[in-house]
Amino acid sequence: MVSSKMEKSPADLLASPGLSSMLKSLKLKTKQQELLIRVSILFLVYVLAFIARLFSVLRYESMIHEFDPYFNYRVTQYLTQKGFYEFWNWFDSESWYPLGRIVGGTLYPGLMVTAAFIYWTLRFLRFAVHIREVCVLTAPFFAANTTLVAYFFGKELWDSGAGLVAAALIAICPGYISRSVAGSYDNEGVAIFALLLTFYLFVKAVNTGSLAWGLASALGYFYMVSAWGGYVFIINLIPLYVLVLLITGRYSMRLYVAYNCMYVLGTLLAMQIRFVGFQHVQSGEHMAAMGMFFLMQVFYFLDWVKYLLNDPKKFHSFLRITVTSAVGLGAIALGVGTASGYISPWTGRFYSLLDPTYAKDHIPIIASVSEHQPTAWSSFMFDFHILLILFPAGLYFCFKRLSDATIFIVMYGLTSMYFAGVMVRLILVATPAVCLISAIAVSATVKNLTQLVRAKSKPASGGSGKGAASAKVLSKGSLDQSMPFQKNGAVALLLGVFYLLSRYAIHCTWVTSEAYSSPSIVLAARGANGNRVIFDDYREAYFWLRQNTPPDAKVMSWWDYGYQITAMGNRTVIVDNNTWNNTHIATVGRAMSSYEDEAYEIMRSLDVDYVLVVFGGVTGYSSDDINKFLWMVRIGGGVFPVIKEPDYLVNGEYRVDKGAAPKMLNCLMYKLSYYRFGELTTEYGKPPGYDRARGVEIGNKDIKLEHLEEAFTTSNWIVRIYKVKPPNNRW
Amino acid sequence: MAAPKSVAVFFAVLNLISLLPFIAFSFSPDQPTDRKILVLLDDLSLKSSHSIFFNTLQSRGFDLDFKLADDPSIAVKRYGQYLYDGLVLFSPSADRFGGSLNIEGVLDFVDSGHDLILAGDSNASDLIRNIAAECGVEFDEDTSAMVIDHAGYAVSETEGDHTLIASDEFIQSDVILGSKKLEAPVLFKGIGHSLNPENSLVLKVLSASSSAYSANPTSKLSNPPSLTGTSISLVSVVQARNNARIMISGSLGLFSNRLFRSGVQKIGSLNKYEKSGNEQFVTELSKWIFHERGHLKAVHLKHNKIGETEEPSIYRINDDLEFSVEIFEWSGTSWVPYVANDVQVQFYMMSPYVLKTLSTNQKGLYHTSFKVPDVYGVFQFKIEYQRLGYTTLSLSKQ
Repeated sequence: MVSSKMEKSPADLLASPGLSSMLKSLKLKTKQQELLIRVSILFLVYVLAFIARLFSVLRYESMIHEFDPYFNYRVTQYLTQKGFYEFWNWFDSESWYPLGRIVGGTLYPGLMVTAAFIYWTLRFLRFAVHIREVCVLTAPFFAANTTLVAYFFGKELWDSGAGLVAAALIAICPGYISRSVAGSYDNEGVAIFALLLTFYLFVKAVNTGSLAWGLASALGYFYMVSAWGGYVFIINLIPLYVLVLLITGRYSMRLYVAYNCMYVLGTLLAMQIRFVGFQHVQSGEHMAAMGMFFLMQVFYFLDWVKYLLNDPKKFHSFLRITVTSAVGLGAIALGVGTASGYISPWTGRFYSLLDPTYAKDHIPIIASVSEHQPTAWSSFMFDFHILLILFPAGLYFCFKRLSDATIFIVMYGLTSMYFAGVMVRLILVATPAVCLISAIAVSATVKNLTQLVRAKSKPASGGSGKGAASAKVLSKGSLDQSMPFQKNGAVALLLGVFYLLSRYAIHCTWVTSEAYSSPSIVLAARGANGNRVIFDDYREAYFWLRQNTPPDAKVMSWWDYGYQITAMGNRTVIVDNNTWNNTHIATVGRAMSSYEDEAYEIMRSLDVDYVLVVFGGVTGYSSDDINKFLWMVRIGGGVFPVIKEPDYLVNGEYRVDKGAAPKMLNCLMYKLSYYRFGELTTEYGKPPGYDRARGVEIGNKDIKLEHLEEAFTTSNWIVRIYKVKPPNNRW
Repeated sequence: MAAPKSVAVFFAVLNLISLLPFIAFSFSPDQPTDRKILVLLDDLSLKSSHSIFFNTLQSRGFDLDFKLADDPSIAVKRYGQYLYDGLVLFSPSADRFGGSLNIEGVLDFVDSGHDLILAGDSNASDLIRNIAAECGVEFDEDTSAMVIDHAGYAVSETEGDHTLIASDEFIQSDVILGSKKLEAPVLFKGIGHSLNPENSLVLKVLSASSSAYSANPTSKLSNPPSLTGTSISLVSVVQARNNARIMISGSLGLFSNRLFRSGVQKIGSLNKYEKSGNEQFVTELSKWIFHERGHLKAVHLKHNKIGETEEPSIYRINDDLEFSVEIFEWSGTSWVPYVANDVQVQFYMMSPYVLKTLSTNQKGLYHTSFKVPDVYGVFQFKIEYQRLGYTTLSLSKQ
């Protein structure tokens, strides 16, 4: 509840500049018109951002997507039913059996609290909505709000024209839509809003030097911390930005006020989130911000001394002593802190950001997540489309008109681009920066061109801002006067820009409807004659679990499905998507990659009643457990050296057909996936037991299970559930 | 912040495994002893030749239903309900049962918690062998083999082939064989069997002496016998995980009136007994098999914070808690408090975090208290009490 209120206040603050400008503009007719256009464009963008994300609801139904959102949904349900206090103290015995999970202390509550707050508000207003609808629509709602923030941010950076373009670009940018379609009820949905808001408020604070904006950015930061672990990006980017400003000699009182206010208050607030707690002042990731904070003080002190001394020579020697001792002190403090364990070292995820090969070598569990893979060029193109080309152009414009704000957006753009290259899912973080910088490029280009076109007429027009065209642009325009055909050329270029932008819009719509609106829990494919075939196997299986198993049954599956089983099947799971205990996951990985009798011992020790595997051999669904199996082996082998990856490979190749390694053909996962599959003909003209996901005939068709029995297989064989038999009665 | 939070959601699992007694699933829990027993015979004359055994059963209140093994009307189950609580198979040569009963039927009967006495003999049929094998007992593969003991045979009028052996290698368990010591050796004439080492539940009750071997007495011994010495079991029992009890004997004659009454003198021993130990042995064993003895139950499982009586759904770390349970033993007619000083409770999450011996008040109430460990998790209270001859009790509570 607290954080929801926090979120309100910056929003109020946001509204005020708009209001004042509205009052001013009432006086002038043209300004009035312009304002009307601007507001209606913004409104349309807002609506568009929301509507574009509803494809999935139209195409399927109002439901939660993917894996993590199911946990968030379940937690939100708990929060709305039991209240905030219970939620904060919740010990969840249904996951991580038998360890359990202290939910209140191990999550970022921002999203759930936000959704619950919206829910309570609607209830208070007598709208009888179901919590699921609220959860489904939270992400689009916040995405729409993001467009507003983008507008103000763009306005702060460049001018309101750039703001409008930025709002429009971000509204439909696939990189952002991928995480904010209706139903993807995940932290990122609100976090991007919070991220952009924090940055905007901070830039505003730096520009104005106002404590109020600094406070607002601290609150924005608090909301971000409560919502997503990505806040680490903020707490590192901002000090870096401040450092750059210091080095380039742009230090000012405004910066001092903004940073100190933001850091001190932000840290205090962030420590209120239990999951973060003292990490915020102790862990390695946050040290840069703290170091920067002290550096700022030293800098300010030196400034003061310089003012007092008034003698460059004395000051220089003083400077040398102070800087040396400050740096020495900082280094010693850091060294002692690290050595004594007071300052924790960087986490694996953080390392893998800085060194993309780190995770692969050291932490298979991080590397196993597809979202953590390095980004392919094609997905950059897919997610950014023309923004990828506009981005460097925007950088060019930013460098041409350097200010504190543009330096910030340049740094944000460049660092986040790097991170996006390291991890697929960080494209999301880069998206707002790319949109903003591209918007600057588009806006500046279009403005220059229109000025050329309407050579002597007034510069103001539709989307391209007030009369604040800069001197540079004007001088450039006058330079261009000398060139022939400039008017025709400008028209042609304008048309080109509009063509590009319309292609972008078409691309975005297509991507949204085709690629990013599938809930992944319901699979869709094109049938032989082009019709849409829906595979609803997951929900079929979870529903079966819910209806046909004892309420205290424990289900073992690979961790990807943990959240869904608890949320939809309402059964206890051994591991789930919150990968906090590597050993426990490795135990499951070990069970899956052992022979059946060894696995049986492990399953008995974990009280497992059912085993659930996902199998795509019949439908050709490729992200099934067999394809994930190597990660199980790797993760299991990382903890239990009995499991050796080469045992499952033949000449370094992973295969399931006749040439597969004998251990592979007899491990539990193989047996469970292909049990009785040898009797099935999947494709006309192929031998029975032809695996369509991997395109081979399986190697072991005669699978006998001793300790498990098939309990349920969904209609398309995607989910298969096995019951673990009790120990033999007479043995 | 991290206020110590709730740790222990618990399930209490109580496992009392005992060595001997009776089990109770199909009967009312208050009355674990079997009541109705189906006896399948090869030949109705067995009814009179084994009448002492049957009479003792009947005199203890059992309702015996005699049928020929190939009687087409045999049915142990009707409308999903078992008609009998126990099954006695005195039909070593039956190749198949009449009616609807088959090997799966017999095993299902056991697996649903019912008791079985199986008597083999030399020339036992494959059916009987298979049932025994499913219970972890392998009869000698040579169908005509018998247990021969040239140093432990019973002295009898005729010199014979030393296949009537007198054994006193009993299992040391009061629960299974009763508290009265068996004085006289037991006379045994029949096939020997070995225990499948993979089966951890089967026990030798009567084993052969070290000089015994298993072979066909009428033919010359050409190969070394496959079964020799004390690894030969003459009578074995199994207490299944669901507490069903099974007795497997290699000799039908063990139960017969003739061996009950005959005197016994073991070769090389000066003691001559008027009467063999068979009657006492079989009677006491049947008491165990039919749950007249050695059956435990645990009731009133309770746990709570010290100073409270309500059972919380969750404990916080470092809470002090109390745990108590009452354990009773079936005496054949009533439940009496079970007294032992070695009952332990585990506070268990993958491994026991707390293991405490329960103190008893001699009236069946076991009690202890301890501090919840400083670990989060789903814990179980678990009592695994496995004593030779006592039933397994398993309770779970959340």
